[in-house]
Amino acid sequence: MLAYALKRTFVAFLILVVVSGLTFSLSHLSTDPALTIGGEQASDADIEAIRKLYGFDRPILEQYVDWGTRALSGDFGESYHYRERVSVLIAGRIGTTMTLGVCAILFALFISIPLGTLAAMRPNSLIDRFALLIAVFGQALPTFWFALMMIIVFGVWWRWLPISGNSTWMHFIMPTIALGYYATPALMRLTRAGMIEVLASDYIRTARAKGLSTSSILFKHALRNAIIPVVALAAVWFGFMLGGSIIIETIFNLKGLGWLSYDALLRNDLPLVQAIVLIFASFYVVLTLLADLLNAYLDPRISVK
Amino acid sequence: MTEVTTNISKTNAVMLDEILEPSPLQKLRKRIFKHHSFMIGLIILLAIAAVALFAPFLAPHDPYDHELSSRLMTPFWHDQKHAAEHLLGTDKVGRDYLSRLIYGARISLLIGFSTMLISGLIGTVLGVTAGYFGGRVDLVISFVINTRLAMPVFLVAMAAVVALGASLYVVILVLGLFLWDRFAVVMRSITMQARDLEYVKAARAIGCSTPYIIVCEIFPNVLGSLTVVATVEMANAILLEAALSFLGFGVQAPIPSWGLMLNEAREYMFFSPWLLALPGSCLFFLVLAINLFGDGLRDVTQERER
Repeated sequence: MLAYALKRTFVAFLILVVVSGLTFSLSHLSTDPALTIGGEQASDADIEAIRKLYGFDRPILEQYVDWGTRALSGDFGESYHYRERVSVLIAGRIGTTMTLGVCAILFALFISIPLGTLAAMRPNSLIDRFALLIAVFGQALPTFWFALMMIIVFGVWWRWLPISGNSTWMHFIMPTIALGYYATPALMRLTRAGMIEVLASDYIRTARAKGLSTSSILFKHALRNAIIPVVALAAVWFGFMLGGSIIIETIFNLKGLGWLSYDALLRNDLPLVQAIVLIFASFYVVLTLLADLLNAYLDPRISVK
Repeated sequence: MTEVTTNISKTNAVMLDEILEPSPLQKLRKRIFKHHSFMIGLIILLAIAAVALFAPFLAPHDPYDHELSSRLMTPFWHDQKHAAEHLLGTDKVGRDYLSRLIYGARISLLIGFSTMLISGLIGTVLGVTAGYFGGRVDLVISFVINTRLAMPVFLVAMAAVVALGASLYVVILVLGLFLWDRFAVVMRSITMQARDLEYVKAARAIGCSTPYIIVCEIFPNVLGSLTVVATVEMANAILLEAALSFLGFGVQAPIPSWGLMLNEAREYMFFSPWLLALPGSCLFFLVLAINLFGDGLRDVTQERER
């Protein structure tokens, strides 16, 4: 188990090195950061001076190694536009994005687990069909369009909810729904499939034969087992969602990491973009690693294979 | 006595059933027609494809033709004044909205289809190679797949579009180079199973070359799942293009992309909400149709319960 964990951690680290290397080369090969920093009025001599000052004249590999070793200690350099440490900028925004991500995944679980369980109890019943309908519609609904339509209906027509900003908890309701519903179909299908499998197993029959109540069988015995893969998938989806928060945060003017990365891309602010890509990637890698290790711990056969 | 006759007629019935047993093709046809959601998806998809194909004949106006004097006209359900001229009204520079929606189907289908071809090629080659050879090859390719999965697609795609300059072809290329992960994962696991089938082993034993085995023995096995993944990725690519264009990092004006139309409509969302509602509904129905078609295809071809 320990050897497996170490191996997986090493691979996870290697993945982050490659991801950051790719982003670094993509952004540095395509645009000249010296031009971005200098602005439109800068003369050729100014550009040359900036290039020297920031070290853009060095080979790209050397620049990457330099950036990478500093990034390991949490130093992502300085933003070209804000003229502030990238780590400070990110620290100021990450709370909003994490709040949104956690609320969204909880919302998704809150919808998908009860609905998936009900659907599994009576396959092909009305409620099962209803759950399937929700899943099929949910998958086809473009997230950002759904968000815009919610703004029109709940924000403008009925004036129930604020449509822009992040000052109160009310501001998080619509973004949470918009981001969360997208994970619902996948989580619900997995809950349903898991519950159907568990409910058909021998120990559930035993529990029924013992005369336990339906609720006790359902919650104490069945759901507890069926929910493990759902939680693992939810962890992975949480990683996806942080990446997907870009468009939702932009629409609702929710100033978190997603909004910051959109802003940074518009301004060609490379250090900021690289740092945010690396942070989103790290979240995904760490969450999948934890999900894998959890699975390996629960099912020791995995680590031997 | 009566018991005996019923028994005989029963055996007769069984025999008759065996003789009249429908061929696999007839069975498949029956399953297809009985699968309602598959048929609904197929019909919507064919309708949208027909609209895209015959756009020049169906569109009442040129989608690029703008007339500032007739801007922001309301659609027919608001007032009938312009209904004859512009059924669904006009946009902010006076282009006919219906015509733009019709031509938009072309853009979405083009992007979905080309992206799916590029990513399908990359993913299938990687997945089949990893699954067939296993060992170190599999280790390396699995690492590549995991690396791709760790990248935040939307953000990196936006950065790539910025780097290469936003245009229709750049969007197709970038999405094609990003969305191959599901192809690779699925192809890899199916090839692994197919590799150990009896007839594949037999082909190896009689000395068939590796490329021959992969193309002629393995590939027919993965084809069913390949089509299903292809529909999922096509839907995915269409949604991502719309999102990219909506943020201004995708298809550029004046091309009538549904995502871009949503972007242009955003500043009028409070007073002309139909400008947002219409392209979004088109996107929704197209993606819904592709998903229903794909889900149905899986049910019909794999004869398994959902």
